[in-house]
This record gives sequence, C-alpha cells and structure tokens, in this order.
Amino acid sequence: MLGIIGKKLGMSQVFELNGDLIPVTIVEAGPCQVVQVKTPEKDGYSAVQLGFGKKPEKRASKPELGHFKAANTEPYRHLSEIRDFESDHLKVGESITVNLFKVGDKVKVSGTTIGKGFQGVVKRYNFKGGPKTHGQSDRHRAPGSIGASAYPSHVIKGMKMPGRMGGNNKTLRGLSIIKIDPDNNLLYIKGAVPGAKNGIVTIRRQER
Amino acid sequence: MDKLAAATADQLRSDIPVFKAGDTVAIEYKIIEGDRERTQRFQGVVIARSGGGINETFTVRKVSNGVGVERIFPLHSPKLGSIVRLSVGKVRRAKLYYLRRLKSKAAKIKEKR
Repeated sequence: MLGIIGKKLGMSQVFELNGDLIPVTIVEAGPCQVVQVKTPEKDGYSAVQLGFGKKPEKRASKPELGHFKAANTEPYRHLSEIRDFESDHLKVGESITVNLFKVGDKVKVSGTTIGKGFQGVVKRYNFKGGPKTHGQSDRHRAPGSIGASAYPSHVIKGMKMPGRMGGNNKTLRGLSIIKIDPDNNLLYIKGAVPGAKNGIVTIRRQER
Repeated sequence: MDKLAAATADQLRSDIPVFKAGDTVAIEYKIIEGDRERTQRFQGVVIARSGGGINETFTVRKVSNGVGVERIFPLHSPKLGSIVRLSVGKVRRAKLYYLRRLKSKAAKIKEKR
C-alpha cells in the first residue's frame, strides 16, 4: 500500500479534453516525511509513519520532540501511519510527494466526517418518518416502534435511535485520481471526500 | 479559497466576451454523437450568470413555438464553440427570472443604445 497525508482544499470541477465535466476534490497532499519505519521484527507489523504540516519547535511537547529528534526531522503537526507501505527500502527522513500516484490510480481516502450534532433518525439513518397526512400530528419524523412489549421487555442493543452524527472516521474506496499537480502538491480526486475544508485526509492507493 | 481558485485557473477560458443578464447572445455548442461532432446553435436572452471562477454558468432563455426553453451553460466549458453578443439589453437586475411569467411583448427587453 502507498499513501500520503493531505489537507482538503475543497471541491471544484475539471473539464475533460472532450468537454465533459468532472466534479473533483482538490487535496493539498504532502510533502510528507517518513518519521518512523515499523517492522514486523520490532513492532509486530509493518508500517511507515508519515509527518505532514510543520509546526514550530516550541509548539511541540517534549515527548514529541524526542520522537522527531530520533528521526532527525522537524516537528510535524500531523502524524499518520500507513500499513504495509510497499517500498521497504524507504528510510526515516525520506520525503514523499504526490508523485507517488499516477493519473488514473484508484485510491481510498480516509478522513473525519463533518460533525452534524444531535440528529434524529430520518437524517441519521435514513428512516422514512411517518405519514405526512391522514391526521398525523408530531409523527412526521418519528422513528416508529423500537421493539415489542412484555417479551423481551427491553430495547435490543444497537437499536437505531437519535444521537450524535458525523465527526467519525470514514473511508471512501474506489475514488480515482484525475489530475496531479506536483509543483503545488495538489491531487485532484474524482468525487467527494470525507471531511470539511481544511480537514486532514489520508489518501492510500487501492490495490487491484 | 485562493488555492482552490489557483488550482483551476489554468482551465479558465480567456476568449469569453463581455456579456451580462439581459443581453441577447448566440451560442455555438459542440455536441459529440459517437465519433461525430456537430455544433448546435442556441440563441436567446441571458437571464442569469451565477457562480464564480471555473464554476461559473449562465442561463439562456428563448421562446420556441410558444414554449419557453432555458439552457444552462458552463461558461468555461470547452464544448462552448463561440458566444456572440447580438444586442445589449437595458435591464435593472442581475437575474431576470421574472421573464418566465411574462409573455410576448411584456417579455421583450429594451435594447441599450
């Protein structure tokens, strides 16, 4: 697996050569530096830890500084691990840029979705709500029955109910890279990507 | 937002004439059918321009056989062959959606001279 960390700039559109319009998300990805290489012998699994977005040394905590000092890199604001990074000859301190990808690559993009607060079941779980007419009152967005009566005498676990929505990690698979701009470290990914503008996303190449 | 605009700036077309809502324009729009390519002409009044940068579109309205027809074109689309401004309209708004409920003479826009 290959991957990079980036910042979502927002959505826009790209015209294809034949004039077709493609919706794209533009992500400012990298340059990332390898901060740590994890090996099965030492750590039990194989991964590389990438740093993205420099921060001033005074902003880093002492344990963080120690970690970056061991890698001989500057302190980074965001750290993320990519499991089973393909090139095993990758060393600590090496830089990773958008050139990792090619146009047409399938990728999966992970990020923190936009927090939507406390939401009802219609928005949160796509429930249909109640009838809008025939004498209904206050039932338009209600969840309906949440279980039987005397047996089992309680609501079963995992019942879909209102609650906090969004703000969790989501991965979207099967997105493709439309365009790469290595000079400005930009990736143009077809379609939407989890997260708000300026959110941090991880872009990994999808195998197959 | 600046970075986003800069990232699509190279796709902006520079050959777009000045026109605004109220103007009458004729558009040549390329249509690709299989491997053939032909152009379709669409002439009417610009009733709106919306969006900005690469996302900008404009709406053209014409009345064809008594039926109102509106088409929305992406301003920077490579499929737009040419935009010719036939006349400059004298209007006081940026969006002329009120034309939809007007007919015949009332829906006519005065020309600016």
